[in-house]
Amino acid sequence: MPVIEAHGLTRRFGDFTAVDALTFSVEAGEIFGFLGANGAGKTTAIRMLTGLLRPTSGEARVVGFDVYTQAEAIKRHIGYMSQRFSLYEDLTIRENIRFYGGIYGLPRRAIRARTQALLERLALTEAADTQIRALPLGWKQKLAFSVALLHEPRLVFLDEPTGGVDPITRRQFWDLIYEAAARGVTVFVTTHYMDEAEYCDRVSIMVDGRIAALDTPHSLKQRYQVGSMDDVFLKLARPAASP
Amino acid sequence: MRTVFYLLQKEFVQIFRNRAMLPILFAMPVIQLLVLSYAATFEVRDTPMSVIDQDRSLTSRQLVDRLVASGYFTLVDQPATPEQADAALRRGEVKLIVHVPPRFERDLLETGAAPVRLVLDALDGATAGVVQAYATQVLARVSRDVQARTATAAARPAPRIEVRPAFWYNPDLNYETYMVPGILVVLVTMIATFLSAMNVVREKEIGTIEQLNVTPIRKGPFLIGKLLPFWLIALVELGVGLAIARWYFHVPMLGNLALVFGLAGLYLLAMLGLGLWISTMADTQQQAMFIAWFVLVIFILMSGLFTPIESMPAWAQRLTLLNPMAHFITIMRRVLLKGAGLDAVRVQTAALLLFGTVLLTLAVRQYRKVTA
Repeated sequence: MPVIEAHGLTRRFGDFTAVDALTFSVEAGEIFGFLGANGAGKTTAIRMLTGLLRPTSGEARVVGFDVYTQAEAIKRHIGYMSQRFSLYEDLTIRENIRFYGGIYGLPRRAIRARTQALLERLALTEAADTQIRALPLGWKQKLAFSVALLHEPRLVFLDEPTGGVDPITRRQFWDLIYEAAARGVTVFVTTHYMDEAEYCDRVSIMVDGRIAALDTPHSLKQRYQVGSMDDVFLKLARPAASP
Repeated sequence: MRTVFYLLQKEFVQIFRNRAMLPILFAMPVIQLLVLSYAATFEVRDTPMSVIDQDRSLTSRQLVDRLVASGYFTLVDQPATPEQADAALRRGEVKLIVHVPPRFERDLLETGAAPVRLVLDALDGATAGVVQAYATQVLARVSRDVQARTATAAARPAPRIEVRPAFWYNPDLNYETYMVPGILVVLVTMIATFLSAMNVVREKEIGTIEQLNVTPIRKGPFLIGKLLPFWLIALVELGVGLAIARWYFHVPMLGNLALVFGLAGLYLLAMLGLGLWISTMADTQQQAMFIAWFVLVIFILMSGLFTPIESMPAWAQRLTLLNPMAHFITIMRRVLLKGAGLDAVRVQTAALLLFGTVLLTLAVRQYRKVTA
């Protein structure tokens, strides 16, 4: 059974159609790249799939639950890392982990054990009692990703998780994504970086609220007869970008 | 329940870690209570006065001395002509002109009556009224003394009815007794309303609200976690303020303190509900601040703290029924100062119960995890 199944998913804001009849599915364990220019509708789509925004029409099931009627059930089984930074800057690393662990209803002992494991995996044990505001952006993002996985969700949404960080940190971030995928977590990720698109199992490219293409990076490059995802993206997105 | 614990833990850590916030929370209200309680008095002292004494008699000089000795007036000017005095009044240098005409003493002694003209700067009507009352009192005393001095056994003054007022609950007519509990209510209200109004919207601004909204957290625990910290802080502040009122201002407290705190808790639920409602509606802290200010200024001015509700026009009096602060100030004065029981404030208590229910319901309904 697919982890995400959308059929004709649409969202309008007044006369403006932000997401237009999205139909696609994501299989368990996939790393699914969700690409598109700014304003193409990526964030709106993610907000509908995470139960933050009610769709105007269409259907979608996420981790087996309906987005209209079972949004709260979806929330128990997904992780989410938004493009806006989501940890509390005035809390320490340990306090942030404890807070989100508590919110997801993890037992006290589990919170302590997972905090320990998380800190060790990210080599942040010594910084555990540092306030988030004092950390470099790359650390914050790795931490936010790990916190989003704290309650061991089956699916994690990453909305431009690597915006504004250097290539080395981005590479490390993708190592974390691969580790999560290897544990069976399905990853739904939006990005601006086309080199990151190459790391995905499958990629969809949104243009003006619609999915213009959806396939593996390899097939997409073949179909458009270009050498990189960058060129695929430019071929598809250019008509929209220059009206 | 465990969720509430983690939320509370987070809120308290954030509040007590915020170095800018702590003094606002705990030092400012204390300073304000100390300063405002002295400043917000209806007593008028040292009113600048000019005297035109065209009589220059023993009695006229005695009259001026008495005015100065009362402590309510300061003699700043003794101009020769009424025109000069008027000019000083216009410039705001004096608030009161006492004009003693020529032949004042002789008229008083011969006919038993003589005019003295008082000109008051009545831009501030309330102050002018008080000044006039003080001046009239002093003049009446002078005229009594003159009559007593000149009265012979044959011509005794007619027996007068003497009124001896008994001032209950505040026998010394101490302004602090009256003002301190009210000012304390304002301060506690401001803390509770502003803090709750800024809180949720702050999470909107920094983006963490979205992160919370994708968690399975339920509305109830979330809102309890948001309200309880400020409810507790406001009650602690009330306690500190009452201690200052009791031992520093010597405000008599006849009432049952448990009842005071119980009703304060109810009142704070209403005001926190208001703050939370504002916070869930606003998109930015600026908006929340502005709305909270707008509402609070109306509440404060129409609370009966500075102007008695009884002297408002009928429609304004009816409006104060919608003001939780007015009800709670009434409760504070009745229960705290007069020692009244719940029975004497049951209308106010019922009103607070109603406001609390309505405002909290509005806040809970307004807060949505899902954008429609």
